[in-house]
Amino acid sequence: MTSVVGPELLALIGKTAAPQTQLVTRRDICKYSVATSQRQRKYLDGDEAPPMFHVALFWPVLPLEELSDNGVAIDPMFPDIPGRRPMAGGLKVAFQRPLKPGDELTATRTLTNIYSKLGSNGSLVFVEVTMNVVDAAGELVLTEKTTRIMK
Amino acid sequence: MNAVPDLKFLAPGQDLPVRTFQAEPVQLFLYNAALWNADRIHFDYPHATAVEGYPALVMAGPLLGDWLAQAANEWVGEAGVLCSLEYSNRRACYVGDVLRSVGKVKSVDAPSGEVVLELAILNQRDEVTTPGTAVVRLGRR
Repeated sequence: MTSVVGPELLALIGKTAAPQTQLVTRRDICKYSVATSQRQRKYLDGDEAPPMFHVALFWPVLPLEELSDNGVAIDPMFPDIPGRRPMAGGLKVAFQRPLKPGDELTATRTLTNIYSKLGSNGSLVFVEVTMNVVDAAGELVLTEKTTRIMK
Repeated sequence: MNAVPDLKFLAPGQDLPVRTFQAEPVQLFLYNAALWNADRIHFDYPHATAVEGYPALVMAGPLLGDWLAQAANEWVGEAGVLCSLEYSNRRACYVGDVLRSVGKVKSVDAPSGEVVLELAILNQRDEVTTPGTAVVRLGRR
């Protein structure tokens, strides 16, 4: 039986995106905290970022013409597999320390795994992208693994 | 919020406080604006329903993940730290849904202070939309 994940897909493991550096600001923390219904004062005042703030900090900002017709920023780290539709998978985040205003953070994303599983309606392909975020001193502040399922 | 968790009194099976969230369009807009996410399924009702076939505007998956993080983070409070969170978006949630975050203690490791929490977002039909697991560590900030 031919593997669903062939050598051309396996060859993508290890692919890395250009590092992205972003500055954490109090205003962005405040916006995120209101938008997510945070209840702790330190978040609403922007003194510290809620744990999942990095999702907003590193969301891609693309020119309008690079968005798809349905408004989606296509993530080039996830391969386009003909005949398969991407579905949201899961997220796993390990936090090393809270983020605060003034933090200058650099994220590096790597495609770390591609594998298939047999689901009830046929094969599913799982693509994992791992993002390591370090501060200006090079210290790791969080690691996030995103899994996307190609049905 | 809730009483500060104390390792001496924690045991698997203990419930975390339940929090209810009304899935509504203003919050959904602000969340996607904070991300800079222009996916039409979150704000363009005709597109979401007629083109993509959803019954209503779709709630953003990472917002549900944030609500899970809040469930763990508010529970641990100043008594410890949130070390990790893992979740998956199994079932879509829509504007108009009444959602709630729930959780319970799965395991307690007293020597390290590590507590594993089972978390979930449920909809008004009691369907689990977003199961998750968090690890918190008590006693060290």
